[in-house]
Amino acid sequence: MSENFRLDNVGLVNRNKKISFKFNGKNYFGYEGDTLASALIANGVHLVGRSFKYHRPRGFFGAGVDEPYAIVQMNRNNEVDPNVRATEQELFEGLEAKSVNCWPNVDFDIGAINNFLNIFFPAGFYYKTFMWPKSFWYKVYEPIIRKAAGFGAASIKHDKERYEHKYEYCDLLITGSGPSGLASAYAAAQNGAKVILAEDKSRFGGTLLTSDETIGNQSGKEWAEKIISELKSMSNVIVKNRSQVFGYYDHNMLVMSERVSDHLPKTEKYTPKQRLWYIRAKEVIISSGSIERPLVFGNNDTPGVMLSSAAKEYLKVYGVLVGKKPIIFTNNDSGYETAIEFKKNGVDPIVLDTRKDTNSEIIKEAKELNINIKFSYVVVAAKGYKKVNSADIAKISDDKKNISSIENIKCDCICVSGFWTPTIHLASQSGNKSKFSEEIDAFIPSQSKQKETTLGSANGVFTLEETLKTSFEKGNELSKKITNKENKVLVPSVVEKKSSNHDKFWCVPLPEGKNYKRFLDFQNDVSVSDIQLALREGYRSIEHVKRYTTLGMATDQGRTSNLNGLQLVSDIENKVVPQVGHTTFRPPYSPISIGAIVGREIGKHSKPTRKSPMHYWHEKNNAVFVDAGVWLRPRYYKQGNENLFEASKREAKNVRQNVGVCDVTTLGKIDIKGPDSAEFLNRVYTNAWLKLPVGKARYGVMLREDGIVMDDGTTTRISENHYHMTTTTAQAANVLTHLEYYLQLVWPELNVNVVSSTEQWAGAAIAGPKSRNLLQRLFPDLDVSNEGLPFMGYMEGKLFGVNAKIYRISFSGELAYEVNVESDYGNFMWEKIIEIGKEFNIQPYGTEALSTLRIEMGHVAGSELDGRTIPYDNSLEGLVSKKKDFIGKRSLNKKAYIESDRQKIVGVVPLDKKTSIPEGSYIVKDAKAKLPNPKLGHVSASCWSVEYDNPFSLAIIKDGKNMIGQKLFAMSPLKNKVIPVEIVSSHYVDPKGERVRS
Amino acid sequence: MLHIKCPHCGLRSQNEFSYGGDASVKRPELNKEISDQDWDNYVYLRKSPRGKHLELWQHISGCRQWIKVERDTLTHEIFKTLKANEEV
Ligand SMILES: [Zn+2]
Repeated sequence: MSENFRLDNVGLVNRNKKISFKFNGKNYFGYEGDTLASALIANGVHLVGRSFKYHRPRGFFGAGVDEPYAIVQMNRNNEVDPNVRATEQELFEGLEAKSVNCWPNVDFDIGAINNFLNIFFPAGFYYKTFMWPKSFWYKVYEPIIRKAAGFGAASIKHDKERYEHKYEYCDLLITGSGPSGLASAYAAAQNGAKVILAEDKSRFGGTLLTSDETIGNQSGKEWAEKIISELKSMSNVIVKNRSQVFGYYDHNMLVMSERVSDHLPKTEKYTPKQRLWYIRAKEVIISSGSIERPLVFGNNDTPGVMLSSAAKEYLKVYGVLVGKKPIIFTNNDSGYETAIEFKKNGVDPIVLDTRKDTNSEIIKEAKELNINIKFSYVVVAAKGYKKVNSADIAKISDDKKNISSIENIKCDCICVSGFWTPTIHLASQSGNKSKFSEEIDAFIPSQSKQKETTLGSANGVFTLEETLKTSFEKGNELSKKITNKENKVLVPSVVEKKSSNHDKFWCVPLPEGKNYKRFLDFQNDVSVSDIQLALREGYRSIEHVKRYTTLGMATDQGRTSNLNGLQLVSDIENKVVPQVGHTTFRPPYSPISIGAIVGREIGKHSKPTRKSPMHYWHEKNNAVFVDAGVWLRPRYYKQGNENLFEASKREAKNVRQNVGVCDVTTLGKIDIKGPDSAEFLNRVYTNAWLKLPVGKARYGVMLREDGIVMDDGTTTRISENHYHMTTTTAQAANVLTHLEYYLQLVWPELNVNVVSSTEQWAGAAIAGPKSRNLLQRLFPDLDVSNEGLPFMGYMEGKLFGVNAKIYRISFSGELAYEVNVESDYGNFMWEKIIEIGKEFNIQPYGTEALSTLRIEMGHVAGSELDGRTIPYDNSLEGLVSKKKDFIGKRSLNKKAYIESDRQKIVGVVPLDKKTSIPEGSYIVKDAKAKLPNPKLGHVSASCWSVEYDNPFSLAIIKDGKNMIGQKLFAMSPLKNKVIPVEIVSSHYVDPKGERVRS
Repeated sequence: MLHIKCPHCGLRSQNEFSYGGDASVKRPELNKEISDQDWDNYVYLRKSPRGKHLELWQHISGCRQWIKVERDTLTHEIFKTLKANEEV
């Protein structure tokens, strides 16, 4: 298909590079440098979507981020990207996009019937129409509305694209590369400040690209190019295009999204699709410019009605005519610039100016060009369904109340200019309370809360001369404060036309007997009558009106259309706009993809993976790993076709019969030193620590202040003032913080230091009846007899020349030792243990066997110390000192904690001795009782007892100590199981604890 | 993201710190009689002021020191940061 709205020799696109693309299944072509929007318009395509509520045909309204309609679904390199603005999407070879918000297609949309049934869709229609019957909302109304109303469809596939985060610091962050951005960046850069200049579009220069002012003796565009290339060559400046600063957060932190690869057919290797920049700036200059304001008249949403500034941009940047028979409808001088551009390119426009006969330089120029200008004229209504084909125009009275002499004239586009609205979103996000400027009928920033300065048209300054002057000054002033250097640059002279005042009129009255829809918010289909209705129904606060009518919501965030809505509310309410106020501008300024927010923190990268020094041995020996906090631990070592159950049973059995070795490197380790260490431990743990001799270990439990168990572990006195504490793998970091809290804040008088030594030591637990024989072979010079190294004893020795620490402690309930060596020797130690252990039938065991061993011994772990239990619940009362005070002790007197039927840990065995009890099952008295069946407690951990060869579980149940011997039921609604069980002691194996002492 | 001046390390981003609650709370002394009410107030009850608040932060990915931060809970303005042993 050929283009026919493209002008020769106009615009900045590259005519030497044709690009083919597909829209709604049809093939078109454009040029390098086009956006999807400019290329479609060049091809005469104006119907791009359907509106949100009424499914009215929608075309293009803007030429960039101001676009409320033209949202498309992109298909790029087999990935879907919903909600992309066609006005921002740069064209690339093979681009494929389609319309959203229409079904079955954009030409015939079933939802458009809403347009004719619009009595059902007034303001608040969701709340009113679909509230009855209530049950219909989820089942009937909502799904239909969602299908009919949704924007693009997100992909259900994993996003293969790469997104990055970057952190940056700078002296000045400048948001927008129009005249004010360029001038302030240039001045600041000359003073040696570190500057980041961010431009949302692919081309730098902002309005300089489309205006005909001159700076010095250059055109605005040439001047912009010169400044940019100079800035790019400076090492203290970062210049970024395709980069939108979308959020202004606390303490001058701003976030910018850089669309690194969206303009390419596919993302290149080693580059991300998008990059999110977290920028901490000492000063921020907001040079985000302004957006042209629509004028409101009948059917002002018809394709072909667009902003006059957009029409000018399509013409000057892309060489594309938005129409060949244009009407320019304006209330100020800006519309004339567009009219003159049309005229210069051989197209005859008609200008309708709402003002009474007005004069200014640009109007004079238009007159000299013989442009047809009608003063005191308005567009009453656009005609045409899928595209404007004519307009009803009329004379308007001086008081703007009455229209007369309505006539219909042919046209193919209506370019509207209702003056300019400063883009104050970033300033507003920073906490700057905006103020209303009567002169421009819009809000501008006022008092800064953070270190931000708004310049240029974003600050309501619409002349280039003043913009450049203030921007050079501010750039110089702000950077000088930071760098203490001044290298002042001369402000260039500017030639621009002086403009006349704009007309405050913006909403054309309805002709008698006509009921045209006049839209305020194009994205959300909010019309004048919707706002009127909301106010009639009593909504007053602008925030309420917003939510009731959806004015200024969704991806548009009121950029283009909010102000007209506010003006209407103030007109009806007879208030001035500042009294109405505006709704809160929230980040992001324009939509950001979820991928960019997540960045690289996905899958395996979402947290660090820590591996023990023996990890590669485990891998080589068929270990199947499990996540334990941030660590990877062997769950079991697979032999042949074994499954988890078979392997863990074999490993656990071997510990009970021979000897096993388990990697316990992951246990938290904290080194404690200082003369007050014993006193400190005595306050941290529930049991007594003052009399622990050097060379001995002790088991301890620590509480939070509310009496709940925080963690448990053994601590060994290495020397007089030196202790080695172990914590559970999961709580290691929290325990360190806990200790630091008390040492630094509560008891600073204690002379104690703590430091994590988890990574310094590799640990191997050797457990089983033959463990002593093995230990003796590993340390032939040491006396490791029961007398020489008794239970809870500690020794240092040499393991084939390597310094080792031996702790006689046991988690498995068997005779056991833990050997620690410095991490780098971990693998050496492990291989020696395996090698020498062969003689004793040693087998490595994983966390599953470890669990089995501790469960059948009734040793508590994380599943019992679950943040809800006190020491008594876990039968740890023997460890709670009556004599001394400790952290959390006072809470143990709480009534709920000392009630006689308080929950307690017990053992649970299925009556059939066969059925495993799912963890999390409820224990109940009567399996058939009516729901809700009173719950006695829950099963915390389950295993297959290798000692007795039947299932065994631990449970924490109400009045547990009197329940032993009772026959109850374990119910798991999740697994749909009811299992008759008997309650037994939690110490199922070796209840007297003889083995550990043997 | 807040920018917090650690009295030991200097200005750092919030993600290096973890929050530790009201800094004005004093733990009752060990071995001292205390009513249930006073103990419960210490363990559970915290003020939630709108405005100035003296709070604890730990420079967890830095020097690991607990510090005091005087912050406006409404505007996030930080007025002052102090070492653990310093008083406002
Ligand atoms: Zn620090």
